[in-house]
Amino acid sequence: MTAATTAARLRRIAPIWVVLVLVLVGIVWRDPTFADPPTLLAFVKRSAPLAVLALGQLFVVISGELDLSVGALITACVVAAARLGEGDPSRTWWIILLVLGFGVVVGVVNGLITTMLRVPSFITTLGMMLVLGGAVFLWTGGSPTGALAENFRQYGREDIGPVPYAVVILLAIAVAAYFLLHRSRFGHQVFATGGGTRAAELSGVAVRRIRVTSFVLSGLLAAVSAILLAGFAGLSANAGQGYDFQSISAVVLGGAVLGGGRGGIGAALGGAFALQAMFTLLNLLGMAAPLRDTVQGLLIVAAVAFAAYRLRSNR
Amino acid sequence: MTAAAHRHVGSSRPVWLVLVLLFGVAWLVVALDGGNFVALPNLQNIAQSSVALGLVAVGQSLVVLAGSLDLSVAYVVSVSAVTASVVMNGSAADIPLGLAAALGVGAVIGLGNGAVIVGLRVNPFIATLGMSLVVRGILNALFDNFAGAVPDEFQALGYDAVAGVPVSLFLLAAVVAGAWLLLHRTRFGYHVYAVGGNIEAARASGIRTGRVVLVAHVLAGVCAAASGVFLASRLGAGAPWVGPDGGYDLESIAAVVLGGTALAGGRGRLLGTIAAVLMLAVLDSVFNQFQANAFVQTLVRGVIIIGAVALYAFREQS
Repeated sequence: MTAATTAARLRRIAPIWVVLVLVLVGIVWRDPTFADPPTLLAFVKRSAPLAVLALGQLFVVISGELDLSVGALITACVVAAARLGEGDPSRTWWIILLVLGFGVVVGVVNGLITTMLRVPSFITTLGMMLVLGGAVFLWTGGSPTGALAENFRQYGREDIGPVPYAVVILLAIAVAAYFLLHRSRFGHQVFATGGGTRAAELSGVAVRRIRVTSFVLSGLLAAVSAILLAGFAGLSANAGQGYDFQSISAVVLGGAVLGGGRGGIGAALGGAFALQAMFTLLNLLGMAAPLRDTVQGLLIVAAVAFAAYRLRSNR
Repeated sequence: MTAAAHRHVGSSRPVWLVLVLLFGVAWLVVALDGGNFVALPNLQNIAQSSVALGLVAVGQSLVVLAGSLDLSVAYVVSVSAVTASVVMNGSAADIPLGLAAALGVGAVIGLGNGAVIVGLRVNPFIATLGMSLVVRGILNALFDNFAGAVPDEFQALGYDAVAGVPVSLFLLAAVVAGAWLLLHRTRFGYHVYAVGGNIEAARASGIRTGRVVLVAHVLAGVCAAASGVFLASRLGAGAPWVGPDGGYDLESIAAVVLGGTALAGGRGRLLGTIAAVLMLAVLDSVFNQFQANAFVQTLVRGVIIIGAVALYAFREQS
């Protein structure tokens, strides 16, 4: 292999993996026990809700839209599960179905308003965020009521043998999402829709259906993420707070471009892990909690600036 | 401006019509309940509560018309409120210094946003989201609640009224008038519409597009800072949570879009934004009169925002 092809190969590696490795090395340097398999698995488990959410957001972003409602949807799902379940384990199975179904419905509504009524997705999902936030607390009277059953919470905090449930679920979803986005006709059409809507339309892609389906995936995966978070963090009125912008940050860190047409499952996962690892590292370094925001802000701007620079120099 | 160009830019008349209609309904509904919606204190209240969002929304209009977006305004509001109150620290002699510092901080943050968007070609959503996180982190690391104090003299801005009209309303009117003249009577304003409408065409016709976007962002920062100064005078001091608590980032974008401006840029009127801000204030006032649940209020707001934008999109199609 010549030097030129090696360089070309290196350029094809998503830069987010370099960032992730650097951050992980930093963590292990501060805390050598982090490299132990159980601790690493615990880290993956902690990252799972954000990673699952980011995979859903990725479909929407590649198709050229944006989903700001996922944070409010997570909160709505967690609060609804507690209110309906009241801690009764026998209700868990239908509550899970209901929560997933609710995610799908929210996705369909987001998608239809955006495509049929031609409302920009920024506004659609911003409105949905307000509607969900208002409706769920109107229903429960201002603060979360009820309780989450043990067997509902197991997915977010318990293990199957040596491996946490959350890791298995994340792995299954990641594999499915990979085949859906990178190995199926639907996936090609998602890229085509975001890359050039008019061209996609002319070549026979049902652009509206692709976008609605992407929103449905985002809603569904937000519901899965809510189940994981309910187990991991428990019932809270701000369970999903911040997750809307974090999922967009993760996707963008993974090289997806707002506006559509670019992105990948692996790199988006890398983005989610890198973001979570960054929080862990800043914690270990004893940095004041608020400054984590500052570092996250600098990181996403730097990543996008770098991607824009690479895009220009490749041309 | 020719008639054709005028039509292209759109008119804010429908939005004002809706405002008048909404006001009429509000009057009626409150009257049926035995209240008086047009009582002076209530009108003053509506005006007063429009000022903070109105100032931010003027700046947001400028950047959205130029095809950009500013998600950092909420924290600019906070940072300028805290700056004003810390610099003034209760002394009337330091009012000018505090004002200059607060507006200066807003301008610098706006300049930073513009530089990242224009210079590094970062998508405005990400650039200003990143800026918002950076400012939030620094602000929360330094302050956890009210810091400093504004002198009593300065609280006049937040509480006094001249002939029944709140002083702060004059501030909003002045900022709106300035921005209106800038947008509709100067070359810069024409360039803002051109850049927002089609940046490539604007560049090809010799407009320095980067500078237009940069200046729009600086102005948005200054407008948000003015809102922060107003809130500091109202609250007696600045605190890191005043901006995000008001939700000024997403609310200001909602007001701009509710006012008929296209989120993609290049189309819309500043006065439409102002009508939308008043609409939201009238709605809040009605909800307060009936002591409606805050969650109903949020829910209705969401439905109205989506509904209005869907209506605009429908009108445009037909």
